[in-house]
Amino acid sequence: MEQAKIMTEEDVNRTYLRFAHQFLEPYDDPTEPAIIGMQTRGVYMGRRIISVIKEELDVSPDFGVLDVTFFRDDFRSKLKMPEVKVTEIPFDLYNRDVILVDDVLYTGRTVRSAMDALMAYGRPRSIRFCCMIDRGHRELPVSADYVGLTVPTHANEEVMVKVKELDGEDAVYLVKRGGSDE
Amino acid sequence: MSESILDDYQFNKKHLLGLSDYTADDIKFVLHQAKTFREVLNRPVPKVPTLRDKTIVNLFYENSTRTRLSFELAQKRMGADVVNFSASTSSTRKGESLKDTIRNISSMKIDMVVVRHESPGVPHFLTQCVDAAIINAGDGAHEHPTQALLDMFTMQQIYPDLKGRKIAIIGDITHSRVVRSNIVGLVKLGAEVTICGPKPLLPRFVETLGANVSNNLEETLSWCDVAMALRIQMERMGAVTDLFPSLREYHQLFGIKMEHLERYPDFIIMHPGPINRGVEMESDVADSKRAVILDQVTNGLAVRMAILYLLSGGNRV
Repeated sequence: MEQAKIMTEEDVNRTYLRFAHQFLEPYDDPTEPAIIGMQTRGVYMGRRIISVIKEELDVSPDFGVLDVTFFRDDFRSKLKMPEVKVTEIPFDLYNRDVILVDDVLYTGRTVRSAMDALMAYGRPRSIRFCCMIDRGHRELPVSADYVGLTVPTHANEEVMVKVKELDGEDAVYLVKRGGSDE
Repeated sequence: MSESILDDYQFNKKHLLGLSDYTADDIKFVLHQAKTFREVLNRPVPKVPTLRDKTIVNLFYENSTRTRLSFELAQKRMGADVVNFSASTSSTRKGESLKDTIRNISSMKIDMVVVRHESPGVPHFLTQCVDAAIINAGDGAHEHPTQALLDMFTMQQIYPDLKGRKIAIIGDITHSRVVRSNIVGLVKLGAEVTICGPKPLLPRFVETLGANVSNNLEETLSWCDVAMALRIQMERMGAVTDLFPSLREYHQLFGIKMEHLERYPDFIIMHPGPINRGVEMESDVADSKRAVILDQVTNGLAVRMAILYLLSGGNRV
C-alpha cells in the first residue's frame, strides 16, 4: 500500500482560512450563512472553519451536524447496518443559506442524501457544498461550490483526509490500494 | 457529540427474541442508537426512508395498545410497508395453525415479523419456519425485550450509567414478561435489581436471575433510585383472590402512594402500562412529576425504530 501526502498541515490550514473568507464574501452580516458539517470528518472541518471566523471577526455563525445514513441509497450494500451518528441542527433552517461541509466529494451520492436529509428539517433558501478534496468519478449531476483541492484519482485509490482531533494530524493522503487495477 | 461508544464492536444479531441472548454490548449499542432515533422524532419531518424497501408484518395473537401502535408507528416513520394481523379477525378463527399462518404470510415476501403470542417460545419457533427477522413483542410470561429496552433507555435519560443503580420492580412478578426481560437486561448493565410484592406473586426463580427479593414496600422504596410498578394481571390469574385477598389490600400493602413520594424524595416512578389506577399506585402518583410513564411511551418509539433499523439487515438475501 503506497501513500502520498498531497496536503500538509500548512496547506490544510490555509484552505480553512480561504473557506472562511469565501463563505462570508457575499454577506454583510457574517452570521447570515449557516454551516453544517457532515459526519464524521466534515464535522471537524466545519468546526475549524467556524473557529477561523471567530478569531477574525469575533462572531460565530450557526453550526450544525448532519448524519445522512438514513437517507443513503447504498447502505444496504454493506454487510452490516452502519452505525447511525448524531444529527444536531440547533437552529431553524427555514429561509437560511446553508453551507454543507464534507471531506471528500466522490460519486456525489452522499451529497444527494444530505440534501434530502436537510429538507426533512425545513426549507433552506439555498444549499451550497464545500469539500476538502474533489476526486472526480461523479455518478450524479452534482458539483462543489468550494473546493480545497481537485485531485484526479484512479478508482483503486483512496483519499484520506486526516483531522487532528481524530487522527492526530492535519493532512490529506492519497492511498493506492494493493493489487491489480481490476 | 458522541463518537461510536464501542470500538471494534459489530452488532450482528438477526432476531430479537429476548434479552437473554443479547450481550451487555449489544444492549448498550441498541440504547445508543435509540438516542439518534429519539432525535428523529423531534424533527419537523419526523420520517426517514431507511426501511422503504422492507415489508413488515405485525402478528398479534394477544391484545395490545401501546406495543402494537408503537411498532406500527415506528415502522411507518421509517417508511416500511406494514401489514397487520390480529388473531381475532383472521383465519386463526377458522382453525389455521400458527405455522401455516406464518408460512402463508412469508410467501408474500415479508422481511420482518413482529410477534406477540400467549405461548412462550413462539418467536423462537417462528425463526425455524421462516427466513424473516423475528422481533418478540411479548411471548406469554417469558420475555418482552423491547419493553425492557425502552425502560432502560428511560432510566438512562436520568442516570446515564446504570451500573450500581438501584432498581425496584414492584407487583405481579409471576405473570410478568416485562420483569424477566428487565432483570436480565439490567443485571447485564450492572444495575442492582430488587423484586418486591406479595409472596404468592413472586416466583422462586427470581434469585437465579440475579435479583434480590423483598416483601417490604417501605424498605424497598427507601432503597431504590427507580421504582417500576407492574400491572396486576387479572386476566392471567383466574380468580384474583386465589393469590391474594383483595385489590384493596394489595394497594394498601404494595401500592405507591403520595406519602411515599414525600418521604423518599429521589426515586422516579415507572410503569409499563396499562395502569390500574388506585391499585399499583395512587392516581396522583401516576400523574406526578416524578412519574416518567409517558416518557416511556415516547422512548418506546425510538427504541423500536432502532431495533427495526438494526435488524433490517445489511446485505442479507
